[in-house]
Amino acid sequence: MSDVVLSIKDLHKSFDGNLILDGINLDVKQGEVIVIVGPSGCGKSTLLRTIKGLETYEIGSISTTDPKAQVGMVFQNYELFPHLKVIDNIILAPMKVNGTPKSEAKEKALEFLDRVGLKDKANSYPRQLSGGQKQRVAIVRALIMNPEIMLFDEVTAALDPEMVREVLDVMLGLAKQGKTMLIVTHEMQFAKAIADRVLFLDGGKIVEENTPDEFFTKPKTKRAKKFLNVFEFDAIR
Amino acid sequence: MNWEFIHKYWPLYEKAAILTVRIGLLGILAAALIGVIAAFIRYRKIPVLNKIVAFYIEISRNTPLLVQLFFIYYGLPKVGIKLDAEVCGIVGLAFLGGSYMAESIRSGLESVDKIQHESAISLGLSNRQAFTYVIFPQAISTSIPGIIANVIFLLKETSVFSAISVMDLMFTAKDLIGLYYRTTESLFMLVVFYLMILLPVCILGSIVERRVRYAGFGT
Repeated sequence: MSDVVLSIKDLHKSFDGNLILDGINLDVKQGEVIVIVGPSGCGKSTLLRTIKGLETYEIGSISTTDPKAQVGMVFQNYELFPHLKVIDNIILAPMKVNGTPKSEAKEKALEFLDRVGLKDKANSYPRQLSGGQKQRVAIVRALIMNPEIMLFDEVTAALDPEMVREVLDVMLGLAKQGKTMLIVTHEMQFAKAIADRVLFLDGGKIVEENTPDEFFTKPKTKRAKKFLNVFEFDAIR
Repeated sequence: MNWEFIHKYWPLYEKAAILTVRIGLLGILAAALIGVIAAFIRYRKIPVLNKIVAFYIEISRNTPLLVQLFFIYYGLPKVGIKLDAEVCGIVGLAFLGGSYMAESIRSGLESVDKIQHESAISLGLSNRQAFTYVIFPQAISTSIPGIIANVIFLLKETSVFSAISVMDLMFTAKDLIGLYYRTTESLFMLVVFYLMILLPVCILGSIVERRVRYAGFGT
């Protein structure tokens, strides 16, 4: 449990002269689930995108212990390929990147789909699926490349409330299997349930790093406290 | 209407129609090829080439096909490039059509969200694979209505080839009118033959368009 698989040191990134990430240091251990929370614009999505290599950075380093380690990413708006059937969305990368034969890739894809309850949707087009189904397919599509680390960027933010659960359940399942995950989310209850560690980001800095139990009951910093209060409502009657 | 005349010269039109279709088809294919390459260069903003392509598109779209043909047919021989009339027609059509195709395809490419590329890259696909398997197929289906409109436009433009003495439909009609003064019959056949070429293209086009729209994505 204690091997570090991902190490981020003194990461700085700016965009149009604004500092988005201001010295991030983070070691992620094998099998660890890290939840990143914070106000919008705090840099949490940028942090994931930078880890994934979708953004450049000026100072610092990001390194995986195994240089060939795959990092999988799931996006807020699914980003399935609309012109391809579910099954073809999933097998595209295994076939083109790894050279897996089609029949073998298909077999594996169906097995994965079955695990998230979507085997019967293999031949549907993304537009025929609900948001929750699309997101589950997107997760499967990333997982099939057997990534060492999975990044989830507000994957339930675009979903209707009744579909949030089905996606979160898939992620809980992955956590139980010991998948290393970095999750950006606004689902505080979920964060509390799944996280080994919670990072609170504000202004491009990790303001607080805590266990989920402590973070959500008695946060160490004022800013985290203020942030969490937004999610509480006092009864008006 | 003299039907005997029509009967007699019908085969002449058939021959001319085949020529028109052949030039049209080859010209349009070449235009599509130029269009894809030019659109790719514009989309990726490849340095230097991007400027050249932009210049080509402006020149090609803002001069009449007839002028372009004259330039190719009468102008190029002056610098030692001599092409026969039919090849000139194909080159002219490709030159004109290439820019129209490029703009249609480019707008298709630009309609595909950038995050689709990122999503493909995230799965481990290379830039080229992402373009080939993810971006381009989506772009083309958005571009289809524009491409079909271009095909019809270009087929109609072939009628100016007669000006560089390509024996196409227009040329045949003008020739017969000049020889026999049978204006009504000659023009009647001209219209009929153009319709026979263009109507099927139009119908096929709308079928393809509908299919593409059906496969159309939405989120």
